[in-house]
Amino acid sequence: MSESIDLKALLAESGVGAVLDELDRELVGLAPVKTRIREIASLLVVDKARAALGVEGAKPSLHMCFTGNPGTGKTTVAMRMATILHRLGHVRKGHLVAVTRDDLVGQYIGHTAPKTKEVLKRAMGGVLFIDEAYYLYRPENERDYGQEAIEILMQVMENQREDLVVIFAGYKSRMDTFFQSNPGLGSRVAHHIDFPDYSVAELEEIAERMVAGLGLRLSPDARTALGDYLRLRRGQPNFANARSLRNALDRARLRQARRLLEAGRVDADMLMTIDAEDIRASRVFGAARDPAEEAAC
Amino acid sequence: MRITQGTFSYLPDLTDEQIGKQVAYALEQGWAVSLEYTDDPHPRNVYWEMWGLPMFDLQDPAGVLGELRECRKAHPDCYVKLNAFDSTRGFETMRMSFMVHRPAVEARYKLRREEGPARLVRYTIERA
Repeated sequence: MSESIDLKALLAESGVGAVLDELDRELVGLAPVKTRIREIASLLVVDKARAALGVEGAKPSLHMCFTGNPGTGKTTVAMRMATILHRLGHVRKGHLVAVTRDDLVGQYIGHTAPKTKEVLKRAMGGVLFIDEAYYLYRPENERDYGQEAIEILMQVMENQREDLVVIFAGYKSRMDTFFQSNPGLGSRVAHHIDFPDYSVAELEEIAERMVAGLGLRLSPDARTALGDYLRLRRGQPNFANARSLRNALDRARLRQARRLLEAGRVDADMLMTIDAEDIRASRVFGAARDPAEEAAC
Repeated sequence: MRITQGTFSYLPDLTDEQIGKQVAYALEQGWAVSLEYTDDPHPRNVYWEMWGLPMFDLQDPAGVLGELRECRKAHPDCYVKLNAFDSTRGFETMRMSFMVHRPAVEARYKLRREEGPARLVRYTIERA
């Protein structure tokens, strides 16, 4: 067979290169995640080429599991994933349906199956994103309806692979136990992707982008203060990476607004700048001195 | 007797692929698709049984086709129709409705004439 196919052209034609570059550009860090997504994209392009040359193979199973601490970008990546899979023709519509246990599991006998099936129907042609998926399985209650939802999920994941992709998400350790107690499910999920925590440098970069997105900017002092803040906050419990950062910035905005009101007269520059004192006023700095205080802010 | 009703009554039965395309069209229009079945396809019988609830918020016909398969399996001897409901204000009605399954042996109907006073004739279609 002398027929040949230009894979690069195929990739360019699908427009997925743009999405991948966007992913690289817009998401800070997450190197292992990006590598894995590129691999999956390559696999799909190669599969497309195979199909074009008449080599028919079964569609690959692309069910995934995203593990990682809160705020590491699992939902954001899942959203991108839906677009990528759509561009490469693996799913027909490319929408994302994000659900949790409550959307799948019913409250009384016979309620679970229709509920789960309805969600599955809505997700057909796109990606079903199950956040905190380990809640589906409650080993302490043998009559828990979660098991029923898992069984229906499993059936659809196996039989209607071409209709939807399921992405499970949750904390690493709890997802591991979840898959151990549901081996059937674990074996149907081909791609386990771990989202690492962000380093302080990465968080600072994310902060720059968030602030720019809000039409604000950090003064040089504020930048240093934010670095200190992040180093302290990371050591404290309930640190949710980018989410904590977003909350911290929102509070800094509040303080900035109060400060500006108290100042009375302002100019455009003042309106746009978050200063060190807006960040230094955070309770986190107090907590460093007084570790007994339960400081979530 | 081949019983016909609804939107594509003048066409041969649609294949599953064609049904899928019609559903895709309905979903594109933002209509909610639902399935109904009955063993009494009399033209005046508007009360068909619902197969589950109408399917809202679907993006892709795969879900509807899955339900259709289930419904056919559960009621092979019934007629099944697919409705697409438009909730837009001013319409608030079915915009499309067609048969998607018929039993191997179809229901038979006959026409009955009833002679009344002054040569009045009443016609009734009834199950044979």
